[in-house]
Amino acid sequence: MNDLAINDYLGAHPDMSAALAGSATAWVAQTRRDALERFQSEGFPTPRHEAWRYTNVRPILKQSFTPSVAQRDDAEEIDLEKLSITPAVGPRLVFVNGHLSSRLSTLDDIDAGVRARSLAAVLDNEPDSVKPHLARQMPGCAHGFTIFNTAFAGDGALIELDAGVKATQPIELLYIVSTPNPGALAQPRNLLIAGPNSEAQIVERYIGPDGDAYFTNVVTEIVLQQDARLGHYKLQEEGDKAFHVGGLFVRHETGSRLYAHSISIGGSLVRNDVHVVLGAPHSACVLNGLYVAGGRQHVDNHTHIDHAEPDTNSNEVYKGIVDGRARAVFQGRVVVHQDAQRSDAQQSNKNLLLSRNAEVDTKPQLEIYADDVACSHGATVGQLDPDAVFYLRSRGVAEEAARGLLTYAFANDAVEKIQIVSLRERLESVIAAKLLKRDSVEELL
Amino acid sequence: MTMLKINDLHASIDGKAILKGIDLEVKAGEVHAIMGPNGSGKSTLANVLVGRDGYTVTRGRVTYNGQNLLELSPEERAHEGIFLAFQYPVEIPGVSNINLLKASVNAVRKHRGEKELDAIDFLKLVKAKLKTVDMKQELLYRSVNEGFSGGEKKRNEVFQMAVLEPTLAIMDETDSGLDIDALKAVASGVNALRADDRAIIVVTHYQRLLDYIVPDYVHVLAHGSVIKSGDKSLALELEKHGYGWIESHADDQAGAATVSGAG
Repeated sequence: MNDLAINDYLGAHPDMSAALAGSATAWVAQTRRDALERFQSEGFPTPRHEAWRYTNVRPILKQSFTPSVAQRDDAEEIDLEKLSITPAVGPRLVFVNGHLSSRLSTLDDIDAGVRARSLAAVLDNEPDSVKPHLARQMPGCAHGFTIFNTAFAGDGALIELDAGVKATQPIELLYIVSTPNPGALAQPRNLLIAGPNSEAQIVERYIGPDGDAYFTNVVTEIVLQQDARLGHYKLQEEGDKAFHVGGLFVRHETGSRLYAHSISIGGSLVRNDVHVVLGAPHSACVLNGLYVAGGRQHVDNHTHIDHAEPDTNSNEVYKGIVDGRARAVFQGRVVVHQDAQRSDAQQSNKNLLLSRNAEVDTKPQLEIYADDVACSHGATVGQLDPDAVFYLRSRGVAEEAARGLLTYAFANDAVEKIQIVSLRERLESVIAAKLLKRDSVEELL
Repeated sequence: MTMLKINDLHASIDGKAILKGIDLEVKAGEVHAIMGPNGSGKSTLANVLVGRDGYTVTRGRVTYNGQNLLELSPEERAHEGIFLAFQYPVEIPGVSNINLLKASVNAVRKHRGEKELDAIDFLKLVKAKLKTVDMKQELLYRSVNEGFSGGEKKRNEVFQMAVLEPTLAIMDETDSGLDIDALKAVASGVNALRADDRAIIVVTHYQRLLDYIVPDYVHVLAHGSVIKSGDKSLALELEKHGYGWIESHADDQAGAATVSGAG
């Protein structure tokens, strides 16, 4: 037991669990009870855990957040236009405090063979359809936050792609925290199942109000069946006082491919876990990460890739820009298991430190138990290249603009990999704005 | 009229004196070659003229078109029409050549109170200039110098120079590491820029480049000062006898430095 907040959560569970979707179904209730038991004994992770050495979650545990049950009225106040959310171009599910809002969602243009639904509705009405997958993709080492989510979550997105489907439009999942009462806790639970030889792009975007210490604790599980190809985008754009912990768990079947992008911009204390199991031959993943942190933000990205079978391929590049008194953590673990011959694993983490008081802790880890493999990893922490700054100045670009341009160029590498044009363009301006804000803040100091 | 006037210029790097009293005058329309052995201070002179960090001017004056050049920031010097073709062009991942040029051209135009070029006019200008240095168009859209061959990097420098049309162009060992085709392309790009209202300073170790860019004046630097000045025939003599010959004659030629290039 590491904090009082935990007792509050445990005390609330009996009442809450009855109200959660699917509670009448034995295996659903049992899954939650098992998770609760583990949570009770393990609690939340502390810096004594190797995987949490650089991230102390005490600030999240200092207060107890109010678990959000299905309060449909949370969504009534929300006007997407006022939140600068552009109209949906394709299917979009909107979740408010973790629960689907049908009023705000739109599924008019969804491709045939693609189903996007509320997990809660499925748990209530046909729970057995998700039984083989739900809460089955997390490895035994899942940490306290993941278990906490399993014990308390009742809603989220369920996306299913039929065999052979090629979705023509990205599927957008928008998570809004709305806080009529401060201190909301949103725990979405997502399950994405890509059928054999299907292809789609899914965008998860997290937003919330500035100035309010709310908490999003999300878990997304992905199953990629044979030869499925999925582009997954996670955009963490939470409010400036928000806590965000997110877990992404992916299991690959033969020949499947994942292109996962993780862009972390908002939040005050953020932890993103990605765990990919290349559990069948010829499966492959590309992980593209970018974090931009300033002020006193703390952003921790923790990735784990298991090459469990032969001829598997992973390529991971995470880049970070850290300014002010912010701290960024990258821990990237790649394990090439004994049977994973002819695997190829490439990992790199590059950081740009823009201030004397910013800090980066980076820890790439490569463990190889097979003998016929091609692996590399590397990490860099650096500043803007003074020769490049001078080169630009010698061409007439003012110093401040030269620094901004080079910083933006560093990030742009990751943004350019985004395949959805409208998303890429929006992020380009969001990131440029954040980097410019830094300049104007600096002027004030 | 005199464009650039250097008086008794002393400069150091990390406290170590490199330039020990340079005097030089450059007029509009002239091409000056600055030659010298390794470590003579040629590149230091080029870098001091464009205001690079790490070079401390300890004595002397540099006047450019009547203003104190040493007071200006590197970007202000660029706005005033000074251009350096780098000895080692920098690779800038994530910034395309064309975007750099656009930022650069518009910064200079803004400084002159001119309107920014629109996209079509800009592209027209850029494409015309590509031809003068025989550079591949695809390089426009690549990151600045990233993955360019040595020759491509140097062509790119001359190409930028052609687009920016500087008043005073300084070429810092632009010929180093070039094969003969690249050398000719670079030289023809530079020659196309020769004009009555423009001056060019060519810093080079070898005479070879001067076969293609024929200078009006040649100055020899050794140990941080100009030890001999003359016309293009001086470069040929150097080629024949080597720098050792001229350094041993340095004492006899001491008077030459102060009148050099006064043409």
